[in-house]
Amino acid sequence: MSHPTPAPQVDGSPPPSHEPVLEVRGLVKHFPLTQGIVFRRQIGAVKAVDGVDFRLHRGETLGIVGESGCGKSTVARLLMNLERPTAGQVLYKGEDITRLSGRALKAVRRNIQMVFQDPYTSLNPRMTVGDIIGEPFEIHPEVAPKGDRARRVRELLDVVGLSPEYINRYPHQFSGGQRQRIGIARGLALNPEIIICDEPVSALDVSVQAQVINLMERLQAEFGLAYLFIAHDLSVVRHISDRVAVMYLGRVVELGDDREIYEHATHPYTQALLSAVPVPDPAARADRDRIILTGDVPSPAAVPSGCRFRTRCFKARDRCAREEPLLTVPEPFRDRSTPAGHPSACLFAAERGTGEGNGASST
Amino acid sequence: MSTLLEVTDLHVEFRTRDGIAKAVDGVSYAVQAGQTLAVLGESGSGKSVTAQAVMGILDSPPGRITAGRIAFHGQDLLTMPERERRAVRGARMAMIFQDALSALNPVLSVGHQLAEMFTTHRGTSRKDARAKAVELMDRVRIPAARQRAGDFPHQFSGGMRQRVMIAMAIALEPELVIADEPTTALDVTVQAQVMDLLAELQREMDMGLILITHDLGVVADVADHIAVMYAGRIVETAPVHRIYAAPAHPYTKGLLESIPRLDRKGRELYAIKGLPPSPHHVPPGCAFNPRCPLARDRCRTEQPPLYEVAAGRTSACHYWHECLHGTRDSGTPEGAGR
Repeated sequence: MSHPTPAPQVDGSPPPSHEPVLEVRGLVKHFPLTQGIVFRRQIGAVKAVDGVDFRLHRGETLGIVGESGCGKSTVARLLMNLERPTAGQVLYKGEDITRLSGRALKAVRRNIQMVFQDPYTSLNPRMTVGDIIGEPFEIHPEVAPKGDRARRVRELLDVVGLSPEYINRYPHQFSGGQRQRIGIARGLALNPEIIICDEPVSALDVSVQAQVINLMERLQAEFGLAYLFIAHDLSVVRHISDRVAVMYLGRVVELGDDREIYEHATHPYTQALLSAVPVPDPAARADRDRIILTGDVPSPAAVPSGCRFRTRCFKARDRCAREEPLLTVPEPFRDRSTPAGHPSACLFAAERGTGEGNGASST
Repeated sequence: MSTLLEVTDLHVEFRTRDGIAKAVDGVSYAVQAGQTLAVLGESGSGKSVTAQAVMGILDSPPGRITAGRIAFHGQDLLTMPERERRAVRGARMAMIFQDALSALNPVLSVGHQLAEMFTTHRGTSRKDARAKAVELMDRVRIPAARQRAGDFPHQFSGGMRQRVMIAMAIALEPELVIADEPTTALDVTVQAQVMDLLAELQREMDMGLILITHDLGVVADVADHIAVMYAGRIVETAPVHRIYAAPAHPYTKGLLESIPRLDRKGRELYAIKGLPPSPHHVPPGCAFNPRCPLARDRCRTEQPPLYEVAAGRTSACHYWHECLHGTRDSGTPEGAGR
């Protein structure tokens, strides 16, 4: 898939539709660290999200991958407007939702729903399934009039592959996979356009995981949903996503479609991440070329200068400590039509094994 | 190569309010020195309970070993006096747990906990034990080991904590290590570091390793042999390179086919229909029959034994050659089952 746009545009590939339903610009969330009880002083900040840009188009799935502490869940909370960003904008159809409140916010929230990771804690154990799925209608009564709600809930149960007879049961009577279906039904209740899924299948067993992924794909096709799919399992993300954003320490470090990221990654962090994924094929064991990163992810309260990955990077040089790489199409690939030509925040971006771009950057 | 551990026909029951749950229902496996046996299964399959029975740390009550033999170097651990067993546990076989934060003592420093291994089992003096603890931390590549020995578990990152667990397990150079989901709570890059370390130590010390996991990727990476468990029984055993290419049990086949893979992108994933059974209500006959695409009348009444399908390979399926040679296509996607 070649991309004709010449400028360093922060977007991977041609979108499935033209208008983004959600656009994130320069999103920043710093949590202050304070000291003192009477006289509180700010002594620093946890930079959970530190300048993130992306677009989400109608009917598209954008995967966000990264290790714990990279800020992917904070991004989800910001998009849901559960946290106020320190800086930046979240545009829903061109309107900045971070400044909304009251009625306007409520109207937007109807269209952005969330599915949580843990189906054991995200469902109220004292409510019946019918009440859980029907609760959104209490808040947004315009979607379903009172007399119609029970019918809608039964319909939703059917849509997610549960028997409508379960309407009066409680969450503990269901298995993990079934609970996740209930969570999805609740997310669908208000006919949203966007569903933010924070690790929706990581708590499930392998055999059940496939069922839930299939369900989510089916629902997307049926209702034209846009998914923001946050997960740490790279093979699941690859399966479901149209485009993938790789996050490290509060920033997106690489962004592209599935082939660009999984086969032509140019950022060393993405390469290390991909090489670390165990492949379910023992024959590949011998010729695996694994990049083992040293050390741990730095604390987001003390982000390294320059490139934030440099402390663990196998390519790091002096320049990386001084200059902060931007998320753009790297210089060597800019004028060529190659799948390596997608945004990557590395000064020495190159595909693995080619050596191309190693210090070849002309700036 | 000698057989380190041999589990024969092990049965473990749990007495609960809802009746008796057969968590482990006739499991047999063996581990050789220097080899890695992967025990693969989903939650509730009995893989961890088997390991707890081997280590002698089963919660009892409610758990109870009702039958079977666990032989370590030919000696049955179950009939051994507790005093002798305690000498084996920790020193000659050790365990690595999934959640290092809850497995380590939060109020004792890491160095102290490691040193305890030597003072308790070997009667080493405190000072020498402390030095050995630092040495161990070095060996599992915890940076600045000397300074960090005084730190408490919560001061370490997840990956470093797991290294502490590994250090503790290998402290007395055991012959057998049981690792129960050692990397499940870790990020992929850290998982790779920890698995690498474990493999290296195993090679150095010629340990036998039982790796309990649900991750088919990790198994493919490190295991020599594999035992697949379902509903308290072993359904398939094989050398690892054979099972991925040609599974001989429909459950294994279903698991392998449900992994998202490159050539399956954009298509519906194969999903095993239904849910694993509750340990209180295991279906009669083959426990997998309600979810199995090959199931017939015989499967609903007659419990399959472990058939020998090839040298060193077994499968608990009446129709294993259909599964293995694919005479009847079992891979039809079922869609999202209930």
